[in-house]
Amino acid sequence: MNRYIRRASVFCLLLLVALLLNAARVQVFEAGHYDDDSANRRAALTRYSQPRGDILVDGEPVTGSRDSGGRLRYERTYAEGPLYAPVTGYASQVYGTSLLENAEDDVLSGTDPRLAAVPLWTDISREQQPGGDVVSTVVAAVQQAAFEGLGGKKGAVAAVQPRTGKILALVSTPSYDPNDLAGTEQSVADTWNRLNRSAGQPMINRALKQTYPPGSTFKVVTAAAALDHRKVTDIDAATDAPDPYTLPGTSTRLTNEAGGCANASLRHAFEVSCNTVFARLGVDVGLDGMVGTAEKFGFNDADLKIPSTAARSVFDTEMDDAQVALSAIGQYDTTATPLQMAMVAAAVANGGEVKTPYLVDKVTDAHGGTVAATRHKTLHRAMSRGTARRLQEMMTGVVTRGTGTGAAIDGATVGGKTGTAQHGVGNKGTPYAWFVSWAKKDGAADPAVAVAVVVEDAAADRADISGGGSAAPIARAVMRAALR
Amino acid sequence: MTAPTADAPPPGLRMPGRRGTELALLAGAVLISVCGYIDVGLARQNAVPGDAASYGAGLAALALLGHLAVRFRAPYADPLLLPIAILLNGLGLLLIFRLDLETPVDRAAPTQLVWSALGVGLFAAVVLLLRDHRTLQRYAYVSVAAGLVLMVVPIFFPAVNGAKIWIRVAGFSFQPGEFAKILITVFFAAYLAANRNALAHTGKRMWKLQFPTGRVLGPVVAVWLVSVGVLVLERDLGTSLLFFGVFVVLLYVATGRTGWIAVGLLLAAAGAAAVGVLEPHVHSRVADWLHPFASITAGRGASQLAQSLFAFAAGGLLGTGLGEGHSALIGFAMKSDFILATYGEELGLTGLTALFLLYALLVARGYRAGLALRDPFGRLLAVGLASLLAVQVFVIAGGVMGLIPLTGMAMPFLAQGGSSVVTNWVIVALLIRVSDSARRPHPDAAEPGVVAAAGTDGARSGASAPPYEEDDMPYGYGYGGGEVEDNHHNHGNHDERGNHGNHGNHGNHDEYDHHDDQDSHR
Repeated sequence: MNRYIRRASVFCLLLLVALLLNAARVQVFEAGHYDDDSANRRAALTRYSQPRGDILVDGEPVTGSRDSGGRLRYERTYAEGPLYAPVTGYASQVYGTSLLENAEDDVLSGTDPRLAAVPLWTDISREQQPGGDVVSTVVAAVQQAAFEGLGGKKGAVAAVQPRTGKILALVSTPSYDPNDLAGTEQSVADTWNRLNRSAGQPMINRALKQTYPPGSTFKVVTAAAALDHRKVTDIDAATDAPDPYTLPGTSTRLTNEAGGCANASLRHAFEVSCNTVFARLGVDVGLDGMVGTAEKFGFNDADLKIPSTAARSVFDTEMDDAQVALSAIGQYDTTATPLQMAMVAAAVANGGEVKTPYLVDKVTDAHGGTVAATRHKTLHRAMSRGTARRLQEMMTGVVTRGTGTGAAIDGATVGGKTGTAQHGVGNKGTPYAWFVSWAKKDGAADPAVAVAVVVEDAAADRADISGGGSAAPIARAVMRAALR
Repeated sequence: MTAPTADAPPPGLRMPGRRGTELALLAGAVLISVCGYIDVGLARQNAVPGDAASYGAGLAALALLGHLAVRFRAPYADPLLLPIAILLNGLGLLLIFRLDLETPVDRAAPTQLVWSALGVGLFAAVVLLLRDHRTLQRYAYVSVAAGLVLMVVPIFFPAVNGAKIWIRVAGFSFQPGEFAKILITVFFAAYLAANRNALAHTGKRMWKLQFPTGRVLGPVVAVWLVSVGVLVLERDLGTSLLFFGVFVVLLYVATGRTGWIAVGLLLAAAGAAAVGVLEPHVHSRVADWLHPFASITAGRGASQLAQSLFAFAAGGLLGTGLGEGHSALIGFAMKSDFILATYGEELGLTGLTALFLLYALLVARGYRAGLALRDPFGRLLAVGLASLLAVQVFVIAGGVMGLIPLTGMAMPFLAQGGSSVVTNWVIVALLIRVSDSARRPHPDAAEPGVVAAAGTDGARSGASAPPYEEDDMPYGYGYGGGEVEDNHHNHGNHDERGNHGNHGNHGNHDEYDHHDDQDSHR
């Protein structure tokens, strides 16, 4: 009988081995798979078990945490929700996170391994790190000026520091209050549904995630291409551009709203925004040249992160000459985010170099110790120094005697470019009013700010919508705040 | 009869009782449990729980009661059995206390402590009152009758959570099927001890397997029918699997016939297939096992099994630490059927491996007692009880970890459930009893002259003594006066070495067995 008892004991041993192998399978080999399952609520429970780190503007937190006492315990609060919503985004128990709350989630929720004092030990002890803070580059006064400038209008403002790429303001209106999305109550779902159904689309960050046809503001890019490709060598020499201009290979005649565009010099054409001159210059430079310059400014780049991903601004790469002509004046398929157009203005102000825009100055641990700091870096050189200098002259001219006089500021050099972008089927939609500009305090070494403003004000009369009328005063307010 | 190969300890050498070892291990078991208790308090409330001392004192008192009973009436018992049981019970109380923190209105730990005390009391009673395990053999048919009654009674009570295995009286609920496990194992051991020769040596040979005749097959088929009956009428897949598993193991150990295994597996497969198709409750369990995440895909959230797998996965290699997991997400039955998930999440694969090894040690000690004993009933009883524990751990642990379909069953000693913890204490008491018999130096064996007749054995220590020769039973040894059939078979054959010449082959087996036995006993 002993032999059989031994064999039976081997059977029991096999059961044990099966259990142990299966335990290793579940707890080690497939654990990651189970941990990441959408129905596994552990990650959420851990995440909300401690206060979230804060987002700082001008050294002061614009966010906070509230102990709800519930299972998903700590809820997000926002000091000035609508004002900073395009910067912070929301952090919701139900709907996840967006923008900075999303991009810096690891730091804010404390899971970023860089926060651990002793990295390996924390892995073993599973000690939860308190959430770190995110110090943003936004300047409260600039943000405030942009938000108030847009007022009740639908639109967006992006402001950057040309020399570094720091984003000083990122505003989108109408906005929303992310306070209403934190928590687990029914009101959160109601708010979410209301915001998503709202005609004003308040949850879209227009400055970063929405593209618009840039209209005449794109002439900055076309001018840079023409100068760099030596299609124009003297900005004061007459071009032999006809008015009206018949688009190559078609019978479509392009006209101007301004006068004196036939054979106008580049400077004059820029100041009064002659479509005919720039359309023809675009064709002269050619598709490849235009694409090359546009891409150096940051167009066609789907990977720009600030750290949230910016929408891709487009300059089409496959076009015939007529389409190139229209694209050169910011129409046809050409679209840009307000941030992209702020980068265009910043490149001119910064002597031709485009800096990578960024929104996070540094991240710190809960005690304020710096974990990582962003160093500014050059994205591309968009044009030569000489071209940049000449463009600065022309943009200054727009503000002193051209279409953008509404943006002039005492005690500072201001350069700008207006734009009125047509859109919609047959260009029947209410046009978008654009203004891109930069400002340098008299006597200062570097320009303080570059701004792009877009107003898509459906309520206004079509004639009123011009970059100079609607958008330039907003840009002026933003620049004044930045110059202070 | 003369037993030329008899090997007894040399005179004057005393078999050590190892009660001191047991006491030291018990202290360790209580200490580990108390440390865990304090750890939970520190993790959850940043303070040592106020009742840590009373919990420790209570557990220590239970340990001491068990120890005194063993010291008094089973001084040669295996010193590992009681400490392992106390440690498992202590861990169980600890986990239930920890899960009570998640359900403040439903506190189960105090009740479980009362049941544990009752269990240890019953343990002490069994150790004190049952002087010889062979007494049980007389009551084989009484116990199977009682066992079947206990199993059938709940059919007349309303189903609880889909299974008709509960009796609820005055707020107390218990599972009579738990007690039935022991009774039926006792019957299996007694029946097979009496009939093993008939089962082993009659019947037809077909291809390499020997199949039994119809007459002896009857009771086996009856047992199978009862298992399936339990399954269908009570929807208790686990108990049915348990009975059948233990029965097949014992049948094999008693007869050594692989034919029985084949018959058993065939019957089990047929039964399982039929029930799996016909019984919706069982069918859904199988579907859940095959597709634990189907409910998530269907948008109904995670099923209990999925939550259990999530808990184990969250534990990883080292666990989250006691009190720091989220196994409460499992919800219903987290303190009973799914308690292992809490253990796995908070103590990790490391803790789980240690736990499985504790169970394995308990089972191994049962098997060891079975190897050392001389009387067939005792050996089958020891192997049966040990296998009962092994299969139960496998069925429930495999179930909650997705290895096999989930069946509602209690993790021995760990899970909430009064009937279960009491039953397990009785199982340990019986194992203590048989191990005491197995390790006790036999007084009659000290006869000079018989000693070291087989030269090899004389050189070995006294510890290798087989404690009983069936012929030198000090008191009435028998098969219960006709209660068990096939007495004639046992007459003259019941001593294994007596088989010499009767069945050539078989006798040889036994001779090898005998030598193996000595090896195992060093």
